[in-house]
Formats: sequence, structure tokens, C-alpha cells
Amino acid sequence: MTSTSSKATYVVGWAAIVGLALSLLFALVLSPPEVNMGDSVRLLYVHLPTIAVSYLGYGITFLGSVIYLRNQSPFWDLLAGAAAEIGVLFTAFVLVTGAIWGKPTWGTYWEWDPRLTATTVMFIMYLGYLAIRRMDLPQEVRSRRAAVVGIIAIANLIIVRYSVQWWRGLHQGQTLGVDTQLDGLMLFSLFLSVVAFLLLGAWLLIHRFRVAWLERQVEDMRLARALSERRGEAGGAALGGVVS
Amino acid sequence: MFRDAWLMASKDLRIERATRVGTGQILPFGGLVLILFGLAISPVYQVTVAVGVRRPMLAQAAPGLFWITVLLAALLALGRSFAVESTDGNLDALKMAGLDPAGIFLGKSAAVAAQLLALQLVLGIGAFILYGPPLADPVLLLTVVILATLGITAAGTVYAAVASGLRVRDTMVPLLVLPVVAPVLLAATKATEAALFGPLDNGWSWAMLLGVFALLYAGVGMLAFGPIMEES
Repeated sequence: MTSTSSKATYVVGWAAIVGLALSLLFALVLSPPEVNMGDSVRLLYVHLPTIAVSYLGYGITFLGSVIYLRNQSPFWDLLAGAAAEIGVLFTAFVLVTGAIWGKPTWGTYWEWDPRLTATTVMFIMYLGYLAIRRMDLPQEVRSRRAAVVGIIAIANLIIVRYSVQWWRGLHQGQTLGVDTQLDGLMLFSLFLSVVAFLLLGAWLLIHRFRVAWLERQVEDMRLARALSERRGEAGGAALGGVVS
Repeated sequence: MFRDAWLMASKDLRIERATRVGTGQILPFGGLVLILFGLAISPVYQVTVAVGVRRPMLAQAAPGLFWITVLLAALLALGRSFAVESTDGNLDALKMAGLDPAGIFLGKSAAVAAQLLALQLVLGIGAFILYGPPLADPVLLLTVVILATLGITAAGTVYAAVASGLRVRDTMVPLLVLPVVAPVLLAATKATEAALFGPLDNGWSWAMLLGVFALLYAGVGMLAFGPIMEES
């Protein structure tokens, strides 16, 4: 493999572009404004799909970490890392779109809403995971430690989520419920944008994974070349000794 | 396993007794943080906590400030706990000595927990003097202190081990540990509020959450320490 694109990614990429264009049309033009939230409901069509992709990313990280610890295959290690990067990227989008949505609904960019608070903590937690993947350690040690953290992260996610919910829940109910009534067209627009964002996430994931895979191969090649060079030097020195 | 844990813990505590990093550096640091919070939140500010009930803001915030101080001190103690192992291939020596990884985990956590508990005794008295909150339920307070300490040290030891052997360890440990122990800070603060100001928001349920967290991370640490410590 020398390129990160293939026929499959080509198809997925175009499907994502068409899907995003269609969901733009549905989200901004065809679907109606909501009774209570008005036009700001349209942010739902970006906000919810980004959350879906980021959670899916963390799910893949968890799965990849579990499998890596069992069979030490670089494939699952690199996939876990790539998925976490996609997850973090989309979590950043979630936080930004959440803040933009918060302004018209809550009147402020930041509210100590359980979901927002927990998501922010989760975001920083996965930044930590990515930092582990960049540690200056032997590759296998690094991968193994990252896998352990990738697994525990899911447990953390659940604990953070529930404790924060409990913390706020004692004082006030949900500030913003997604259980708002959605009519058929809105539901369809939402479904469409979820599909489009999933395609986008998959496209990014495949490319990111392949870049990581190529990087790993370059690393291995460098190591192999350095080894053979050292061997060559050793051989040359021995030969020189004989000649003189 | 428990014999190995005991060996590890007593070794770490002996190192502490010889070097006095905890009492000489971490404890003064914690005291300093308590004082800095007092400077940041002026003692004259008042908050209304209920109709007709006003309290100095510093006393009202005392639980949260105390636990943040403990967390910061814990970061130093955790860093120290693995700094003593990182030189001269100590971790390899431990493994070659045939110690059970779960035992190493329990021992290191126990040593840090013991130091943190001693630290909190002094810092706690300091916080009462500096911030002046009331004390409604000493039993709950003691329970919270013990359970929160166990949770912080168990989770902290796992992540400090993940960052061990790194040049960037000092910056990695806070980044890894603080988001994970955010629920401990939350639960400990709420439970301490209940213990200080009287029954509110169900302090014992928060204490239970602390207990669950500590148990969970003790289990995670015992399972994960093998793979974390294994080199190449």
C-alpha cells in the first residue's frame, strides 16, 4: 500500500459529499422550524450527528484496544489510535456547535449542563489518550499502555457522565431535552445528516488509519536500514583490520 | 500478592522517611495552596446559602478548595512515587525480583494513600482554621476522606504508571489523572459539604459513589498493572 486512497474510499468520499449536500438542503431549507426553538433547531442536524460519530470513534478505540491486548496486531493498535483522533476532532465540533446552540437557547455559550460538562471532561480525557500515543517509548510499550488507557477510558466516560448528571440532577432537570417533538420531515433530515456524517467519519477514519499504517512502515524501514548500516560498518571495520 | 504489596508499601514509606519529600515539600506546598485560595477569594465576601442565611464565601467553598488542594498534592506524591523507580532500571529490577504486578500496584497505592492521609490530617486542620467552616458530621467527614483518598490513589497510580519512564512524565500525569478523578472531586466535595454544613444533598450516597470508584479502580489497577509494566 503506497497511497491512502482506493476505489472504496473514493466511493465513500463521494457518498459523504452528496450526503452532506443533501442534508444541508434538508436541514436548512426543506425542514420546518421548531415550535419552541425556531430556526435554532437546525443546529440539531449538525450537533447530534457529530456526537454520534465521536462516540462511535471512542467505541472503535475501545474495541481496537481490547483486541490489540489479546493479539498484539498493529492493525488494531493503529485503528484504535485513528478512531480516537476522529473522536476527539468530532467532540471538538460537538463542543463548538453546543456553545453556538447554547447562545440562543440558554442565552449563554457555557452552561453547567450535565452533558456539556461531562463532554468537556471526556474531551480532555481523550486528549490524554492521544498524548500517550505520542510518548517517547518503544513502540510496543507505548501501544500496550495506550490500549490499557483506551479500555479504561470507556469506564471513565460512564462514571463522569453519571456523576455529573447526578450532581446537576439534584438541583434542576435537563436544561435541554432532545425529546422535543420532531415531525416526520425533521426526523428524516436528522436521519439523513447522521448517515452523511457517519460516511464522512468513515472516510476520515480510513485515510487516517492508512496514514498511520504507512508511517509505521516508514518507521520499520528506517530501523531496518539503520541496522543494516551498522552491520555494514562493523563488516567494513573488520575487513579494514585484515588489510592493514 | 499481599506480601508483595506490603514489601512495596514499606519500601516506599522507608524511602519517604529517609528523604522527607512529603513532609518537607509536598505538605508545605499544600499549605501554600490553601493560603493562596484564601487570597484569591477574599474572606470578606459573603454568600446567601438559604433565605436569611449568609456565610463567608470562603467557608462555603471550603470543601471544594480543600479537595483541589488534596488533588494537587496527590499529583506530586504520585509523581514522586514513580520518580523513585525510574532511575537505574528499578522497575526492571522489581519485575526480576518476581514481584506480582498486582502486588506492586497495591503496595504503591497504599504507600501514597498513607502519605496522603497524613497530609490531609494537617491540611484539614489548616483548612478549618483558615476557612472557618462548621462541622456537622465528623463520621461522614472521616469516611469521605478515607474513601476519596483510596479512589484518588488507585486511579492516580494506574495513570502515573502509564506515564512512568517518560521524559515528559511531569506534564503527563496531571493531564491523565485530573479528568479521571473529576468525579472524585465532585463526590468528595458534595459529601464534605454535607458533613460540614449538615444533611443536604444526601452526603452518604456521594460517599458510596466514592467507595464504588475506589473499588473499581483497585480492580482496574490490579488487572492493568501487568500489561502497563511489561517492557517490549
